[in-house]
Amino acid sequence: MEIKIPIGPQHPALKEPISLRVTVDGEHIKDVDIRLGYNHRGLEKLAEQKNWVQNIYVMERICGICSHSHTTCYVQAVEQIQGLEVPKRGLYIRTLVAELERVHSHLLWLGVAGHETGFDTFFMYTWRDREIVMDILEIISGNRVHYAINSIGGVRRDISEEQKKLILGSLDTLIKRTEYYANIGTIEPTFVARLDGVGPLSKEQATSLCAVGPVLRASGVANDVRKDDPYAVYDELPFEVATATSGDVLGRVIVRVKELLESYKMIEYLLKNIPEGPISVRAPRKIKPGEAISRYEAPRGEDLHYVKSNGGDKPERLKVRAPTLANYPATVVMLKNMFIADIPIIFAAIDPCVCCAERTVQLIDTKRGDKVMRFSELRKMSIDFYKKMDLSKKGNLWKL
Amino acid sequence: MIKKIAKWARLKSPWILHLNSGACNACDIEIVAALTPRYDVERFGVQLKATPRHADIIICTGPVTRQLKSRIIRIYEQTPDPKFVVAVGSCAMSGCVYRGCYNVLGGLDQVIPVDAYIPGCPPRPDAILDGVVKLLGKLEKKL
Repeated sequence: MEIKIPIGPQHPALKEPISLRVTVDGEHIKDVDIRLGYNHRGLEKLAEQKNWVQNIYVMERICGICSHSHTTCYVQAVEQIQGLEVPKRGLYIRTLVAELERVHSHLLWLGVAGHETGFDTFFMYTWRDREIVMDILEIISGNRVHYAINSIGGVRRDISEEQKKLILGSLDTLIKRTEYYANIGTIEPTFVARLDGVGPLSKEQATSLCAVGPVLRASGVANDVRKDDPYAVYDELPFEVATATSGDVLGRVIVRVKELLESYKMIEYLLKNIPEGPISVRAPRKIKPGEAISRYEAPRGEDLHYVKSNGGDKPERLKVRAPTLANYPATVVMLKNMFIADIPIIFAAIDPCVCCAERTVQLIDTKRGDKVMRFSELRKMSIDFYKKMDLSKKGNLWKL
Repeated sequence: MIKKIAKWARLKSPWILHLNSGACNACDIEIVAALTPRYDVERFGVQLKATPRHADIIICTGPVTRQLKSRIIRIYEQTPDPKFVVAVGSCAMSGCVYRGCYNVLGGLDQVIPVDAYIPGCPPRPDAILDGVVKLLGKLEKKL
């Protein structure tokens, strides 16, 4: 017998409002329906009402964990339209903050993975070490979460020699701790037994469902925007794309731990090789007409921004495709034939950031090409339709 | 006598529910950070609970989206009396940058009564701690 279980929008297993309708047969999951829209705020529309500089701060507040990803992605697109050449030092600082953000996001995720598997000590450990990264970010930008380091044409703040020394000092502790977590992730028998074989996703499935980021890399596909289509200074940095072949949650843990270690290497390189010079160039208030797409490897995967300018001081259109949205179809496949108790950890393994992914989409029936509409939209359309109609003339009412 | 015990228990060990009403995650991770070793809100007896039926204090983040409005009211009604609401972050106070968005109501007090506001975008964990402790001080007179 099959039963439908609703999970969310407010549920102990979920940190953010999202609704999963799970069809189960006994303990086995047969089908999952993901309902979105609880966190939809209308940011793309809001961006059309604010000017180019204000929009940096709006983009930052798409998501609190990958805030730097969204601003960098937006700023890159704007710079591309305007043809601004960002100074090397500015790019180095931008990349430095990006890698620090990746470290903080992955440490946060490791903690959540520990929490969802009932390993709360691990959660407390990683979050304690995450505070070191938060301190570094605070030293650089003056803020813990929304760094606001980007500006169009560079960055806002420079880093000094003292700050460099401080960061390099605390980096040693982080490296030691992460190696310890790498050990736990691969050796600790309870942790491994809980995660091994849970939420499988084969290489073919991952590519055909367009998974991105650590989910894709854990299935054995070495896909990383930083390597494939380098932006900022990634073409100069020595790093390897972390992959795993198992394609399960354990693989995703290993990919993230490997990425942490790669990030530390990059941070060290960035700090030691940062060139002298200005940190930003002056950007005009109005941006040339044109459009651009910018790609960015956020901690969760590939982030995509499309910006269109009509020559004014505000963007004409701004489209955000956050990595989590691309990972939802893969999540449905991962959840099928697993147990109910695995839902939190499988869902957490894509590192879902619900607020990033809450964009409106218009569904189009692929067979007929018709738009699929909500009832409320249909009703609103009908009300508007009748409001426009001139009812004073006879015979106008039912003329369709 | 029972009243005295209940008051003591409520003040010494308030259980909180974390409610996300369309926040950008920034306040949420700062609330979780407040629970972890460096800040450790548990030393005031505060414990994070998953269901509204166990909670005394609702800690709410986010500017309240239209989709979540009815759910927030339902969660508020499910929480047993006496209940208190803390609005964390500028969004929950007034809507912050989202003010004027078509899907945002702009502030938690548009939907349910709020007892304490913690400003900041996002507020630091220390600020959240301070807010919760101040609320506990306020409760002492109220209960």
